[in-house]
Amino acid sequence: MKLNKKDLLGIKDISVEEINFILETADSFLEISTREIKKVPTLRGKTIINLFYEASTRTRTSFEIAAKRLSADTINISASTSSVAKGETLIDTARNLEAMNPDIIVIRHSAAGAPHLLASQVKQSIINAGDGAHEHPTQALLDMMTIKEKKGKINGLKIAIIGDIAHSRVARSNIYGLTKMGAQITVAGPATMLPRDIEQMGIKVYDKMQEAITGADVIMMLRIQLEREKQNIFPSLREYSQRFCLNRGNIALAKKDVIVMHPGPINRGVEISPDIADDLTQSVILDQVNKGVAVRMALLFLLAGGHE
Amino acid sequence: MKLLLKGARVIDPAQKIDSLTDILIQDGRIADLGKDIIKTDKAKSSTDIKLINLTGMIVTPGLIDMHTHLREPGFEYKETIASGCAAAVAGGFTSIACMPNTDPVNDNRSITEFIRRKAAEANMANVYPIGAISIGSKGSQLTEFWDLKDAGIIALSDDGRPVMDAALMRRALEYAHSLGLPVIQHCEDINLSAGGCMNEGYYSTILGLRGIPSIAEEAIIARDILIAEYTHTSVHIAHVSTAGSLRLIREAKKRNLKITAETAPHYFTLTDELLQGYDTNFKVNPPLRNAQDVAAIREGLMDGTIDAIACDHAPHARTDKEVEFEYAQNGISGLDTSLGLSFTLVNEGVLTLEKLVEKMSTNPARILNLPKGTLAPGSDADITVIDPQLKWTVDVKDFQSRGKNSPFNGRQCLGKAVMTIVGGEIKYAGASLKS
Repeated sequence: MKLNKKDLLGIKDISVEEINFILETADSFLEISTREIKKVPTLRGKTIINLFYEASTRTRTSFEIAAKRLSADTINISASTSSVAKGETLIDTARNLEAMNPDIIVIRHSAAGAPHLLASQVKQSIINAGDGAHEHPTQALLDMMTIKEKKGKINGLKIAIIGDIAHSRVARSNIYGLTKMGAQITVAGPATMLPRDIEQMGIKVYDKMQEAITGADVIMMLRIQLEREKQNIFPSLREYSQRFCLNRGNIALAKKDVIVMHPGPINRGVEISPDIADDLTQSVILDQVNKGVAVRMALLFLLAGGHE
Repeated sequence: MKLLLKGARVIDPAQKIDSLTDILIQDGRIADLGKDIIKTDKAKSSTDIKLINLTGMIVTPGLIDMHTHLREPGFEYKETIASGCAAAVAGGFTSIACMPNTDPVNDNRSITEFIRRKAAEANMANVYPIGAISIGSKGSQLTEFWDLKDAGIIALSDDGRPVMDAALMRRALEYAHSLGLPVIQHCEDINLSAGGCMNEGYYSTILGLRGIPSIAEEAIIARDILIAEYTHTSVHIAHVSTAGSLRLIREAKKRNLKITAETAPHYFTLTDELLQGYDTNFKVNPPLRNAQDVAAIREGLMDGTIDAIACDHAPHARTDKEVEFEYAQNGISGLDTSLGLSFTLVNEGVLTLEKLVEKMSTNPARILNLPKGTLAPGSDADITVIDPQLKWTVDVKDFQSRGKNSPFNGRQCLGKAVMTIVGGEIKYAGASLKS
């Protein structure tokens, strides 16, 4: 099998077979990161550009390490401002990069749909590393890989996603991916953080966290952007953390063997209490980061034609 | 030289005419109307008469688009008055009203006079400027309505920067009413719509784009209906897009309030589902709504709640649109396609031909108090000739407008303007009627 795609723009557009294929490929790459010499020549001579219009430590580093372990050359471009403020359009930037013949462009952008614009303009493969509140497909893939490893399956699991659903690309990609894989998704958050008609994505929506996490196999906590307080999306972090912070009290409502996930970076004591975040019998937050490298290696390999 | 239009089906709702009738045009006016006013042989042999055989064609009073943006002065790279007027006549429009959101804003006599002079130089369609309600359309201080009226404006609007201050809107309606100037409101509560770039609903949720809720439009419509009722004035609601707006306007009309309303072809043709490819040609304000809203707009057209079809012609350059969706400008270049899309309503049985002509000529003339919209003898010879059987495909490369921003590119239409006569002069003739 091979991935018959030029780009990875979102989980919405890929099939269960493709997800499984990517995850299996990622499994086979896990071991490389444990070697003493963490490098294979698979993508030698390939060039990968990380085009980041939004601050990122984890995702950018993860893509860079993934590329380097496959011996690809990587270039990181950080644009602190949007393309509009910078004066050059995204399309012009893309065409300039295209002229230097890279093989893959990884893009993170604050504007939803920016990777789609890029993909329509250049011949290189585009990987969406997060676009606005739209999708973050590699995060969902690494989350699925983590769940599969810890639970042995995804089908039939009850998975709760808690927090700011409205502004979360992680939530959207995971809802697409996990529902495709047969999980039952519940979400909860303050009413102002639940986007309109979200239930039409085939999920159950609650405004109380307790209802959403009752009986859950997996709890995924989302990051709260601290600036939302100023936008009147919620009154205060204090009140938020009283109602939507995962702690020893409310986690008891979930299954005994529940695992706790978070895409990071975590706000300790806001979304998740420190003792749960650090309890490695439940928290799989660092496993997620670990899987992230393998998933990204798999995608770079499949899209750069490393299988040929 | 006289013009004799022969053999067409003439539809003039103002005179309740729908029949095969000939029209004689002389000195820029309709001279006579009737069957065989001049025999074909006689017309052919006369050197004084140009005979145009229009068998199979529909002849209507010149179409009027009451909501366009001509971009000049200030944004000539998007459109000029001349290119906008060329698009108008090619689309079958003999008259257009242009919004004041130019740079500088049309908030004083000198801009109004400039627009009229440019339009006269272009010498294509009649151009009726709409003046700003507030200085700079900033919503704080009223413009000089009397002076603007003397200079030639036919209505007032702050267009895309709606009057948010209810007290200012009240004063504007009262003052304008005393002058007989219609007030047009783009209804949008800018606090509710802040940051939004598409309709709020399932599709904005899955696309991760900030939504504009239907209540942003409806809240201001409700408010302005109340103000108009209280002050015994009238208000015209621009580009209605939601089912809730229709409900409010329908109820207001039932109570005989002086509320009129328009919609644009994209609101009865397209839904927000189509934004899934992030194609910025679908970005418009108010945004494309959902299927229930589209059905409600069609119902509102059918039952008369919506008086007029106006395309909200909003030409943009490629640089305004070929960017990330949330940074792209709002608007659709509409003059070249408005009639073709609206004619679909006739083909689909939503509107009779007579109703279509009412909404695209008779009613806009009435709402704006223009001496247009009829073929009665003595009126200006502004005439649109439509070929109801002409199949054509929208191709933005064929647009007369500088704005090629259309979500309708590639769409098949049946029915098109094939001749546009303004003041007795043929300003546009399609391939079939050239010579």
